[in-house]
Amino acid sequence: MYIVVIGGGRLGYYLAKALLDEDHEVVIVEKSADFCKIINDELGGVCICGDGCETTTLAEIGTGRADMLIAVTGDDEDNLVACQVAKHKFSVPRTIARMRNPQNEAIFKKLGIDVTVSSTNVIFEHIQQEVPTHSLTHLLTIRDRGLEIVEIKITPEAIAVGKRVRELSLPEGSRLTLVIPEKQKPRVPTSDTVLQDGDRVIAVTPPDAEEALRTALMGS
Amino acid sequence: MKVVIMGCGRVGARLAGLLDSDGHSVTILDTDATSFRRLPSTFQGTALVGNGLDQEALKRAGVEEADAFVAVTQGDNRNVMAAQIAKHIFEVPKVVCRIYDPLRQELYSTLGLETLGPTTIFAQMLREKLES
Repeated sequence: MYIVVIGGGRLGYYLAKALLDEDHEVVIVEKSADFCKIINDELGGVCICGDGCETTTLAEIGTGRADMLIAVTGDDEDNLVACQVAKHKFSVPRTIARMRNPQNEAIFKKLGIDVTVSSTNVIFEHIQQEVPTHSLTHLLTIRDRGLEIVEIKITPEAIAVGKRVRELSLPEGSRLTLVIPEKQKPRVPTSDTVLQDGDRVIAVTPPDAEEALRTALMGS
Repeated sequence: MKVVIMGCGRVGARLAGLLDSDGHSVTILDTDATSFRRLPSTFQGTALVGNGLDQEALKRAGVEEADAFVAVTQGDNRNVMAAQIAKHIFEVPKVVCRIYDPLRQELYSTLGLETLGPTTIFAQMLREKLES
């Protein structure tokens, strides 16, 4: 695949390196001449010094034949514009933007950016997973279906302890898909499965039912 | 009418002053409080420190009830993004933004944004001056 990466900071550099290792054709567009030099010294002539939002720069590197454009500068507005220019001027089939501000997700989606990655949310969720007091953790978002995969850790005081799955008042659209007991193998729960203290439950849920799901298992 | 202006540079401050003296309700946003020194001393509107790319700051500026939104910061991309947020998220009826880069201006005009390109306009005016 031919992949254009906008932004040659730390993220752009490692991303390009990984993509090159997978034998993709990669060009990085980076504003700073110093960063360009470092990247070209280390990865070979893959970095062009220029503004990734400029039509002329993107035309020079043949963005018209790119299969994908990934914008990973530190500024949300630059990533948005780079993706919009790629999409509308060069008909790039897939555009991916990094976002600093998770709030921007709605506007990026609305404006046709195919994939958004919120670096803030990713880091936040990783940290959240490591904080034992928090009972619900986001594992994955299935954006095109509006679903989330979450993990809930059943604590001794949770109302679900000792109850069968069918006795729980799960919100509509939420499903318990996997139960990982503390000392046994994971199993797919049936309506008769009894939940125990220490179980880790993996569930699929629409984001707006997340709190109701947590309450159904943990109590309020 | 109620107008929110993003960017209190020379143009933003001047526009705020003009609209204010016409009797409109003006709120002007800038990330740097010292920019507000450019506002005329007679300015009756609201000057608010905040980033117009931040939806919370836009709400505080009253964008939800605004009749018009103008983006005139120094950054084309900032203007374009804020204008699109105002138009598509907050559905402000009239949204205008400044874009210096003529190619980007052309693109966003075709995407339905109301844009003003000082580069093109000013170059044309200079040409007329020189050739007349």
